[in-house]
Parts: sequence; structure tokens; C-alpha cells
Amino acid sequence: MDEADERARRAVEAVWRIEAPRLVAGLTRLVGDLGLAEDLAQDALVAALEQWPDEGVPRNPGAWLMTVGKRRAVDLIRRDQNYARKLEQVARDLETAEQTTLGDPGQAADAPDIEDDLLRLVFIACHPVLTPQARTALTLRLLGGLTTAEIARACLVPEATIAQRIVRAKRTLAEREVPFELPEKQELAGRLASVLEVIYLIFNEGYTATAGEAWVRPALCEDAVRLARVLAGLMPDEPEVHGLVALLELQSSRLGARTAADGTAVLLGDQDRGRWNRMFILRGFAALARSDQARKEAASEGERSPGPYALQAAIAAAHARALTVDETDWRIIARLYDALAAQLPTPVVELNRAVAVSRADGPSAGLALVDRLVATDALPHYHLLPAVRADLLARLGRADEARAEYLRAAELAGNGAERTLLLERARTPGSRPQASS
Amino acid sequence: MRYLMLMKPDFANSPSGPSEELMTAMGELLSEMTKAGVLLDTGGLGPIEQSSTVRLSGGKTTVHDGPFTEAKEVVGGYALLQVGSREEAVEWTRRFLDVHGDEWTIDIEVRPVMEAS
Repeated sequence: MDEADERARRAVEAVWRIEAPRLVAGLTRLVGDLGLAEDLAQDALVAALEQWPDEGVPRNPGAWLMTVGKRRAVDLIRRDQNYARKLEQVARDLETAEQTTLGDPGQAADAPDIEDDLLRLVFIACHPVLTPQARTALTLRLLGGLTTAEIARACLVPEATIAQRIVRAKRTLAEREVPFELPEKQELAGRLASVLEVIYLIFNEGYTATAGEAWVRPALCEDAVRLARVLAGLMPDEPEVHGLVALLELQSSRLGARTAADGTAVLLGDQDRGRWNRMFILRGFAALARSDQARKEAASEGERSPGPYALQAAIAAAHARALTVDETDWRIIARLYDALAAQLPTPVVELNRAVAVSRADGPSAGLALVDRLVATDALPHYHLLPAVRADLLARLGRADEARAEYLRAAELAGNGAERTLLLERARTPGSRPQASS
Repeated sequence: MRYLMLMKPDFANSPSGPSEELMTAMGELLSEMTKAGVLLDTGGLGPIEQSSTVRLSGGKTTVHDGPFTEAKEVVGGYALLQVGSREEAVEWTRRFLDVHGDEWTIDIEVRPVMEAS
């Protein structure tokens, strides 16, 4: 393939990335089967790759792709009687589409119900019958418009594995006869939580990579923020969607400051705040304000306190407001952690709450919370538990106990750079407390 | 990755201002780009007569009203995009130009923003 062909192919794929979610969503509603819809969409992509390099990208590429997808559906009906009954409606729609879509670019594909279709696609990709891994792969593929190869690269697993996950996921959705519908009102909160979780997982895999050499993979973070923004456009009345957007924008603002020149992690308290991206911070503040607004408007229906994403975003916003680490308003952060722990009573939240309380009310108050956590034995292998305890003991002047805890933390730390840091502190406990990440 | 679109209309070969139709179409496109999570910021720039040029040369700064030299290309507006690839930035740019129709002649330079990490 020569360079011009390669460039043309990449241009078509860029259009594809933009159009694929709406295309697959619209086709799924038409044919009632996600797997078939994706095949039809792929056929449309192949047609585009054949035609656009010579003829140029059409004025309304989305409508063009949709028309080709529908035509392929009709071809299927003619070839295969099994599809005939199922796809009767497609054939009828196509006749109208031929007249409107091709003759009048800019219409048809942007019909208002395409947004509902897109939202249906979001919910089906994150459906609870699927494993979390399958939800992630399907979401990146269908809503992020990423190719299987790109997802594989992003998730650091072989391409065949991702392809398998997607095939199995589509089979599961078909076998369990999961409808292409928006959740009923009574199950909406739970289903939405699953969607938000998938996007947050994608972000976190980029933000604190669990696999591979690099500590962060910004491209995956960008994909996640973009998905969250899309969701906010589709569900503008949901406070937690804006809360997630705010959280991700605010965390994105620190991406440039979280890695040292040698590639190692820089913890929050040690970051050069001049390198925090002000635009993302302001976008985060704006999304948080929208979350508050949406919550107040929904308050009549009983939703009063901010949800976990909005609370985490508010904590991130409090850090963002402090120009230096000493300016941090720990009282507000401790109060936000109190609220978060009430809704999300996980040991890690409790540990972070202890750190915030120790900053707001002194190390004894923090140590009391940590010791309560130790007593429950909830985080037996988590190195940050002894590390935080060591910091608090050091601040209280209990150097010998602090040293023992630092050594224990170093033993549990999985990351070499962190272990070195903890061993260093074990030698001189009390010299400088560790900040949370 | 982020890309900065620098819009440089050829004022000699373009209408004196955007029509109402164009404003509507552009508004729709920008709203679509925002909903797609792509558009971070955009704005039009004021007249070049109101600009100032502050120049550093040989360790001295001097201030001039207007552009320093007779500028051939004048940036009339900008948009900051967050996209997955250079081609995607180019495709959004193409759509932005498309809504302008036949009367306009515009160059848009699409430049990557250096990322800190």
C-alpha cells in the first residue's frame, strides 16, 4: 500500500470513529440485533474504504454510511428468508431513506431519536449480564469507535483476546435476549451505576496503569473523558453523570504532573501544581456546578445528597483550588470524605478519610480511624495502610513504631520505586510525611 | 491528544461577515462537537487593528500597535479539539469548513498541542 492510500484509509477511519456509535446504534434499532448491526456497519466501512478515496468523503458521511448499512440489510433479506420477516421494516425505511437521506444531506441521520438509540447502545454495552472486561471492550469498540487493535493496544492484551471478548459479549447479549431498550425507571439507577463504573474503570486503567511499563497511559484517559462527556450530553439531568465528568476532567488536569522525568510516579502532595492544566480544572469546576444544579432540580424526587462521583469530584476540586499543598482546605476535604464514606463505605475510602481527618484535626484523630480499620483486617495486603499509619505515628513522635510500619509497608509494596521511598522513610521516620496520591 | 485549529479566512475572497444561516449551521456543528466530547474551547478574534505586538529582540522588549509586519495570513478564530488522531482533527476541520459553503475562502491550520506527559 503506498503512502497516499494509507493516508486515505486513515482519513476514512477517522470518519468511522466519529460516526460508528450512531451508525451501530441506528442499525441495532432497525435490525434488533447488535451483532448483525455491527456486521452491517462494518460492511458500510468497507464500502467507504473502497469509494471515498477516489470519490472524496461525502457531504454527510454519517447518512451515507447509514444508507449503505440499510442496503446491506436489504441484501440480506433477499438472500436469506430467515431475515426476511425480521427485517421487513428495514426495507420499507430504506425507500424513504433513498429519497431523503441521499437527496438532502444533513437530515435523516440526525433525527432526534438517534440520541435515544445512542443511549440504548450505552446501556447495552454496559449491561450487567456481561463481565466487566467485556463491558469495557464493547464500550470502547461501540461507543469509543476504537478498532479491536486499538483496544488491544490500550488494554495491553493480545488482539485475539479482545476480539474473543467482543464476540462472546455479543453472543451473550443475543442468548440472554437483552432488549435494545432504555432501562425502566426503577432499574435506571443501578444500570446507570454500571455505565459510570465502566467509564471510570477505563479512565483508571489509563491513570494508574495496572499493566505494562508506563505508569500512565493518557490516550485511555482521553477516551474515557470523551465517553463521559458524550454521556453528559445524552443524560443532562443526571447529577452523577456530570459528577463523573467533573472527576475525570479534574484528574486529567494532573496528568502532566503525575510523572517525573524518569517515568516514576509523583504523588499529589509533591506535584508541581504549575503543571496542572487550568483548562481541565475549569472544565471540572463547570461540570461539578452542573452536577449540583441537576441534583437541586431532581431534589423534589428525593435525591438530596451528592452521589459518590460528585463527592469525589468535589474532593478533587478542593485539591485543585489549593495553589500550594499547604493551602489545602483539609476541613472541607475531611467533611467530603465523611459524606463519601457514608455512601461508599470501602476500606480505601476510609483510609483516605483518615488521612484527611489527620490533616484537619491532627494525627491522633486520623490514627484512631486507621486503627479501627486495622482491627477489621479489611486490607491485609494493602501497603498504603501501614504506610499511612507510619506517617501518623511519625507525626506523633512515635518513631520506633513508625519505623516498623514503614518496613511492613515496604514489604507489601509491589512497585520498586515506592518500596525504595518507604525504606528511605524507615531510616528517618518523621522527616516528612507521605501525601496520598 | 489536543489540536489547535487556527482559522485564517482570505478576507479579500470572502463575505464581510457570517450570514445568519452560517451562524445557525455553525452553532449546530459546534454543539455536535461539544456533545461528541471533542470541542474544548473556541472563539473568534477581534479586528487586527486592535491587536498589539510585543517584541523581544536583543534582550529588549518593544510594543507596537497592530501586527508587527504586514501580515499575509491573519488568524480570525480558533478552536481547541481533543481527539484520537490527527486525521480525526482534520475531519472535524473539514466539517467546520463545509458549513461555510461556496462563498468563503479559508485556510485552517491544524496544529498538535504539545502534551506534558
